[in-house]
Amino acid sequence: MHFLSDLITYGPFFFKAMQITVLLTAASITIGMAIGLFVALLKISKRKLLNRLADLYIGLIRGTPLIVQLFFVYFGLAEIVDFGQFWSASIALAVHSGAYIAEIFRAGIQSIDRGQMEAARSLGMSYPLAMRRIILPQAFKRVIPPLGNQFIIGLKDSSLAAFIAMDELFHLAQRFAASTFRSMEFYAMGGLYYLFLVTIFTLAVNALERRLKADEI
Amino acid sequence: MIKIKNLNKHFGSLHVLRDIDLNVGKSDVVVIIGASGSGKSTLLRCINLLEEPSSGEIWIEGNIVDRRKKNGLNILRRDVGMVFQHFNLFPHFTVLGNITEAPVQVRQMDKQQAYESAMALLEKVGLTDKAHAYPSQLSGGQKQRVAIARALAMKPKVLLFDEPTSALDPELVGEVLAVMKQLAAEGMTMIVVSHEMAFAREVGDWLVYMDEGKIVEVGRPEQIFEEPRHERTKTFLSRVREPNNFGKREPQVFTPRTGKGENRELATGAV
Repeated sequence: MHFLSDLITYGPFFFKAMQITVLLTAASITIGMAIGLFVALLKISKRKLLNRLADLYIGLIRGTPLIVQLFFVYFGLAEIVDFGQFWSASIALAVHSGAYIAEIFRAGIQSIDRGQMEAARSLGMSYPLAMRRIILPQAFKRVIPPLGNQFIIGLKDSSLAAFIAMDELFHLAQRFAASTFRSMEFYAMGGLYYLFLVTIFTLAVNALERRLKADEI
Repeated sequence: MIKIKNLNKHFGSLHVLRDIDLNVGKSDVVVIIGASGSGKSTLLRCINLLEEPSSGEIWIEGNIVDRRKKNGLNILRRDVGMVFQHFNLFPHFTVLGNITEAPVQVRQMDKQQAYESAMALLEKVGLTDKAHAYPSQLSGGQKQRVAIARALAMKPKVLLFDEPTSALDPELVGEVLAVMKQLAAEGMTMIVVSHEMAFAREVGDWLVYMDEGKIVEVGRPEQIFEEPRHERTKTFLSRVREPNNFGKREPQVFTPRTGKGENRELATGAV
């Protein structure tokens, strides 16, 4: 009972922190998708140099911890350009998830039958036009499940922003736990909010997938 | 209309097309026949540069085909339509969407106008009732007729058909051939890679027999069917006419399939 009443008492604080977590996730996913799409296109390009650039980016990001990347952007880059807390975290998370999203998009694009591109090209469509109108819409539909998965990872990774003192969910839980000496309750509470967000998001992705499947294929 | 001069194509060390010369006149229907692996499809794909020739020249209506010319590739492909063995319809568009996509996006045709001409084309291939269906809801024959309508929507000067009926159930072949026959009667220039000998004979103006990347024989269909000049053409035709006549090939050995393991061996073994 005690826990339930705490949940209500501290609700407004957590609710505010949850908003920050959602905003942070939304920003990083949006930018991460743009980066991912761009890098995926580099990766499937016929130009070797562009392939190498994409590989270099993916290798660097996958080969280093997110926390290092986050600190690099927030503390390191601050010496040159200061993005502020929110955008530092968003950019670091976006650049990080972009590498994984790039691989998801690349696999999706390559899973589309070659005949689709050939048919589009044989109708006089340019490569970018065929990509935009024919290949990407089909590829996007196919990558919704792994993309949704990546978004969930991104949502939970946003908790690392606590280490640059952003007032998101985890940081809030940490602060309450430290000041009240009731770690168990507050970390459980923080976890519940993440669980809530992930559940909502999973349901949304499933609904989207069903709706798109309803059309055809 | 189309002139192919000294065309060669290599895939690595494989020489798939050897010194191909071919002239196709306006309104001609040229049917290319030959065993699989003889290079017929590659030749067709070279004409609209889905495959890039290793050497040689292709002229279409007095213009040399050159992909390095600015936008040359896309301009060429607007004039050369292609129909594929596996239809390659766009699954995320309706039938109408498939047909209007290129005219609207490439020719910048007005949407209403594109819609009207698409409906006219659907009437021609007998599928007006399927205008709002998705490709997955169509039979193979219907898909191929939509694919033909889609190619026609760009008002091409020549249509290439790459084994248009090979992926169809036998009872659906006729409806596609009927559409092609109608196009031929309307004066469309067509190059058709096909195994439909009856079609070749009835509709084809010229028959081309290819073997091992070379054009072995070109002639009127009746001439090639009645009195082929080359021994290889003769052998090929007799095999096509009597599928059970394997000619000089080794007799097929029946291998009993008993267990799963053996099946796998059959599938991957050196056959």
